[in-house]
Amino acid sequence: MNITVTLIGQMAAFVLLIWFVNKVLWGPLNALLAERQKRIADGLAAAEKGKHELELSEKNAKEALRNAKLQAADIIAQSEKRASEIVEEAKDNARAEGERLITAAKAEIEQEVNRAKEQLRAQVASIAAAGAEKILKREIDRKAHDDLLKDLASQI
Amino acid sequence: MSANENSSGGGTVEYIQHHLTNLCAGDCDPVTHKAASFWAWHLDTLFFSIVLGALIVAVSWRLGKNLSADTPSGFQNFVESIIEFVSTQVKDTFPGHNPLIAPLALTIFVWVWLMNFMDLIPVDLLPVIAGLFGIQYLKVVPTTDLSTTFAMSLTVFILIVYYNVKIKGVGGYLKMFLFHPFGKFLVPVNIVMSIIEELAKPLSLGLRLFGNLFAGELVFLLIALIGGTLATGLAALFWLPLQVVLDLGWLIFHLLIITLQAFIFMVLTIVYLGMAHVEDH
Repeated sequence: MNITVTLIGQMAAFVLLIWFVNKVLWGPLNALLAERQKRIADGLAAAEKGKHELELSEKNAKEALRNAKLQAADIIAQSEKRASEIVEEAKDNARAEGERLITAAKAEIEQEVNRAKEQLRAQVASIAAAGAEKILKREIDRKAHDDLLKDLASQI
Repeated sequence: MSANENSSGGGTVEYIQHHLTNLCAGDCDPVTHKAASFWAWHLDTLFFSIVLGALIVAVSWRLGKNLSADTPSGFQNFVESIIEFVSTQVKDTFPGHNPLIAPLALTIFVWVWLMNFMDLIPVDLLPVIAGLFGIQYLKVVPTTDLSTTFAMSLTVFILIVYYNVKIKGVGGYLKMFLFHPFGKFLVPVNIVMSIIEELAKPLSLGLRLFGNLFAGELVFLLIALIGGTLATGLAALFWLPLQVVLDLGWLIFHLLIITLQAFIFMVLTIVYLGMAHVEDH
């Protein structure tokens, strides 16, 4: 129980032990813990970054999709407009053509009518002359009564 | 041991005395086998403390070689948790940075705990085994030897003085003796107070650990005596179970004490050295 020279031996052992623990256990393990801490921190930061990038690209993708949809809608609207334009144009053209055809037909009909009238007039004149010849039982000078006959024919 | 049980009263004292006597070499009293002067070696104290220190060394060596940063094994986890515990204590109580403090605290904690743990080994086991080899005296707990506790507290004290001088300078350290704690008008009182305060640090460190462990050892011896002296014939049926129950209770309680004492020694070391590092008191 007395303090003896054992004290000095114990002090030497203690100092050596401190030195050794520092050298072999504390130093390496502490460095290791620090390194692990750094790696974990790095890993977490990388994960955070990756998450952020994912969000960003998702946003970009959504934006691109939205743009594409808008563009598609635009194109559809444009083509619909163009289609209706073409239809209108075709309708207009057809209408104009039809009118033109109608006008031409009308003109032809008029011509035909006129020609028929002309023929009719000529025939009526001769029929009237023949009738009058039969009625008067004499030859009528066609030339002398031409005016009368023309007048008669124009009344038809 | 059996020889001690023959005479009841004297045997008990002898039993305890025997257990509290170190294996002495050098300048020893031939009759009582106690150290006669300073120049006596306590071989058992030296042996067990150095064996336990060597255990720390060996385990550290093995672990230090197989450190794994990514997949720590079970034991590495355990050591890491101890190191982080010590690290936290140092960070919380130690101002500034000194790379020596944390390993010092770790060594104190682990070494003191292991030496204290020797107390939990049945008190008669190792002395009986040693007796088979012709070793008459064996005190297995190094921390029940004042030489051990004062060896550590004096080392800490030397460090306290060293860092006081290093940080504050010789003048600054002496000034602390002159003007602390009562200012410049009570210089003589200050000197006395400061010297007492400084000396109380290693003294209390060493005595606290020694006292707790010595008392604990004594209680173990007394509990062991219940079976040893009273258990004869039918009475053994009562006394032996009582001894077992008491021993178990004290073991569990003592497990707390040895950890607490190791922790206190460590924390006080950190605190004292922290005080040495503070510029202005």
